[in-house]
Order: sequence, then C-alpha cells, then structure tokens
Amino acid sequence: MMWLFLRKQKYLIDFTLSSLLRRKGKSLGLLAVYTLIVFMLASVTLFTHALRKEAGLMLQASPEIIVQRMQAGRHALIPADYLQRIGRLRGVTQKEGRLWGYYYDPAVKANYTIMTAGQVAAPLTEIIIGTGIARARGLVVGDYLTLRSQNGEAYSFEITELLNEKSELVSADLLLMSPQAFRRLFNIPEGFYTDLVLSVRNPREVRKVAEKLTLLLPDTRPILREEVLRTYDSVFSWRQGILFVLLTGSILAFVIFAWDKASGLSAEERREIGILKAVGWETADVMRMKFWEGMIVSLSAFLIGYLAAYAHVFYASASLFEPVLKGWAVLYPQFRLTPFVDGLQLATLLFFTVLPYIVATIIPIWRTSITDPDAVMR
Amino acid sequence: MLIQLTDIKKVFNQGRPNEFWAIQGVSLEFEPNRVSCLKGASGSGKTTLLSMIGCLSRPTSGRIQLGERVISSLPERFLTDVRRHTFGFIFQRFNLISGLSVLENIMLPAYPLGLPYKRLVATALHLLEQFNLLAKADNPVEWLSGGEAQRVAICRALINDPQILIADEPTANLDSKLSYEFMGLIDELRQSGKTILITSHDPEVFDSAVVDRVVEMHDGVVLT
Repeated sequence: MMWLFLRKQKYLIDFTLSSLLRRKGKSLGLLAVYTLIVFMLASVTLFTHALRKEAGLMLQASPEIIVQRMQAGRHALIPADYLQRIGRLRGVTQKEGRLWGYYYDPAVKANYTIMTAGQVAAPLTEIIIGTGIARARGLVVGDYLTLRSQNGEAYSFEITELLNEKSELVSADLLLMSPQAFRRLFNIPEGFYTDLVLSVRNPREVRKVAEKLTLLLPDTRPILREEVLRTYDSVFSWRQGILFVLLTGSILAFVIFAWDKASGLSAEERREIGILKAVGWETADVMRMKFWEGMIVSLSAFLIGYLAAYAHVFYASASLFEPVLKGWAVLYPQFRLTPFVDGLQLATLLFFTVLPYIVATIIPIWRTSITDPDAVMR
Repeated sequence: MLIQLTDIKKVFNQGRPNEFWAIQGVSLEFEPNRVSCLKGASGSGKTTLLSMIGCLSRPTSGRIQLGERVISSLPERFLTDVRRHTFGFIFQRFNLISGLSVLENIMLPAYPLGLPYKRLVATALHLLEQFNLLAKADNPVEWLSGGEAQRVAICRALINDPQILIADEPTANLDSKLSYEFMGLIDELRQSGKTILITSHDPEVFDSAVVDRVVEMHDGVVLT
C-alpha cells in the first residue's frame, strides 16, 4: 500500500518535472525571481541574527554594571572616592574605575574609541590599535601615531600591537593606551574616572545591587549589561525592519507575479488538465501534481536562495546590505561572522515564502481542475 | 460487458434563457465485442451521448448501466475509477500532450494507478510495437504525422487494457487512406475482444464493413 502511494507520487513528480522542463523559460524566470526574494530576505535575517549573536557573545565578557555620574542630566567624570563610598556591597565581586573616550581624527574623518589598558602601568608612549584604524591610517606595528591633546600639544605614540581580528566587530576603531597617557591627552585629573564598573557573580542579584547603588550614590545611574544587550538588539531589529520595509515592495510584486502566473493558466495548460482528466486522472491527482509543482519550485528557490544568502552573509560579509545593517561609520569592521542558523528563523522564513506561493497557485488550479472532463471532447 | 441506456436526457444551461436539451430521451443497448457507430450531423448529440457512456459527464435524467452496475448516479471519484479501468478514449484532435515523448504520452493514463515502472514501460513498448511505432518511442509527439499521432492516441487509449474503446470523430483529421487504415486497426481491436463505440459523420467509418451497427441521431433523439 505504501509502495503504491510512493509510486503514484513518483509518477506525479516525474510528470511535474517534465512539465516544468517543457516550459523552461517561464519556469526558470519564476525560479530566478523567487530565489532572489528568498536570497534577500534570508540575507537580512541571517545577518542581523548573526550580528546580534556576535554582539551578545562580546558583551558576555563585559561587566554586569556600569556606574556613570550624572550632572545636569549629562554624563560627567566620576570621582575615584565613589569606589570607597560603594564600600562592600553584597554580591559585588570586583569594582574598578575606567577611563575611556572618543577622539576625532580629522586626517581620516573618523572617531576612535580610546580606552586604557587596565591598571597595568603600560609605557606612556605606546599604544595598541584596532585593525580599522590601522587600515584607515595605513599603520603597522612599529609605526607612530600622533594625537593632539586637549591643550593643543601633539603626542606621538608607538604602535606595539594590533588588536585581535576576531574581535573586530567591537574593536575596529579601538585604541588602547596607558591611564597616564590618557589623562595627559584628555586633561583628566588624577582621582577621576570616566565611569566605574562592577562585577556581580549572581545575575539575579544585579537588579538589587543597582537599586542599592541609586540610594547610595544618588547622582549616578547604573547601566546593566542586559540593558546594553537589549539596546543592541533593538538597534539591529530596527535596521532589519528598515530593510524589510524596503523589501516589502519586491515581496508584493512577487506575490502578484505568482498569482498572475497561476490564475492566468494558459489555454495550453487548461487543455492539458482537461486531457489528464479525460484519460482517467482524478481532480485530486491534478491537484497533487500541481502541489508537487509548487513544492518543487518553491523549495528549490528556497534552498538556492538560502544557500546563496548563507554564502553572501558568512563568506562575503553581506556586502550588499553592509552599510545599512552594520551602521553608518567610517571605520567599517571587516570580519567574518560566525555562521549561525536559527531553526525557528529558518522555519519562519520557510513559512512566509513557501506557503503563500503554494496557496496562491493551488486555488486557481483547483478551479480549473474541477471542470468536467468532457470539455476536452468539445 | 453490455451497455444499457434507459431514457437518457441531458440538458445544458438548465433554467437559463439559453437552455439546451442535447439528448432527449435515448434508450439503447450496445452489445459487447461489437463495433457500433453513432452517426449524425454536428449538434445531433452523439458526442454528448458518448461522453456520458464514457463517464466523462452525467446524464440529467435516465440510467446508464454497465453490465450489472448503474454508473449514471456515481459520484465523480467512482466515475473516474470506472473511466480509467473500463474505457479508453480516442479524441477527434488526438489530444496528445506536446513536449512529451510518444512513450510518456502513452503511459499518462496509467500514472495515477501507480503500476511498477518497468511493467508500465514494457506494456507501452509492446503497444508501440503492435502499432508499428517502436522507432518513435522517444520522439516528441509534435514530430509525428497525422496517422502516427492517431496510432499513438490508440496506444494511449489501450494502456490500461480497457474493455471498451470510445472514439470521437476519429477520422476527422485523417485523409481517406489513413481513415481506411484506422478502420483496419479497429477491426483488429474488435478481434482482440474489445467493444468499440465510434461517433462519426464520415462514410469511410459508418459504411465500413468493420462496423457492426450504426445508430443514427438527430437533434438529440435516435432515428434508427
């Protein structure tokens, strides 16, 4: 019984394939348009998902809480004695002050993010830079980079190292220097930090610690890692949304195209359905045959489109959508995303591309296939 | 298998201003293993009658009996089942599917039955051999001449080994030589035990010695 069923389906698929080959131009045109739609949608979803994942992984190593001092609603330098005022909060395993800021380099019209290399007393004239800066300025290890300080003096730094390429998503525009050099460059007095970071081992205690901090230091705001993650998430979702809106037009055009193709069955196709019914095919056989046609076209388009999108995103750095999805920056990170495919995302894309096509094509066929087979005799 | 028609009526566009009674109370019997010909001018109702006998459509009223079984009231699914197992059709314009090969066209009616592929191909090739078409098996049907297309249509009608063959104006697109040859093939099929129903207004057919019985129709009624 099972074999009989499978053999019937095999015959129907054989016939469907030969029908598609008989209408090569039409079939290939449809397949190309369909594949392009899947490619674009899959590229956007794969890319934003992988970016989000990447950002999440990067941020996992960041501290749970950042404490910023606010003055007149703006971020201000925080005195070092706030570390003592925080004292021993239950759950906080580590606390330290950070120095960081931005430096605008008019030579390449780009902003660098400058951070200090921990508390280690790094030599005053040495820096480590991200590969984005190195590319923009054409620098290699051993070269010198001159930065102009707050009071107009120029300081030259020797580049001792380039940052690991694996972290380029966040480190492309990063420049690391010693705390002393940082203070000198930006004229920040001893005893002040840009912000403080606290490590909390138990994630469930983070909110409680943040609450205590707002009571203890009323002029500060605690920023939680989960909030940063959420912000990243919404930034990427927003960009994904922009692209989806742009793509809506093409998706609509495709739906109209598919509907038109299916409902406007040519006289030749109608005649064929009539012949099939007259020689002994049931309405259900015709429907099954057309169902397989829809499946073959849509699944092929889906597979080709998805694989092309995968290659585009993970091997060609999503070059088509890069400017929109990565953001507007001068120092674009060059990196390869870790290939990541989410099952739910794949199923959603499959649902929104394959199902509408099958539904759009099967209804008009059903209308044709229920006509009396004796029409072929007339 | 005896075919019995009892007071068959068929109306098109019933209840509308263009209502048309194509068949107006026909009662007939077709004996098995005979060649019967429905003769009449265009619009006489012979094709309509044949399509009802062949389960392609249902009568508005009356009864069609195939052997012991009443088929006129069967739902579409069962009607299709009877059609594919009992009847083979040869259409006026052959109705072959262009783009497909001769072999594929012949096997088409058997696809929904799910027969083993090798067996199906063997049957089709055997038929092609019988009708002297073996060399054309892989050719697309649009390469065939009128006579060859006709023979392919006969092979397709025979692929499911039906007991009854229905041919609607089979010689309308053939010259008199090919029509004569066609009647020769019909004779062979009768000798192999098939029942054959033909509609035609071609004297080459209804005057042929092969035809056992001629039923003349006019305006939806049987004259003789």
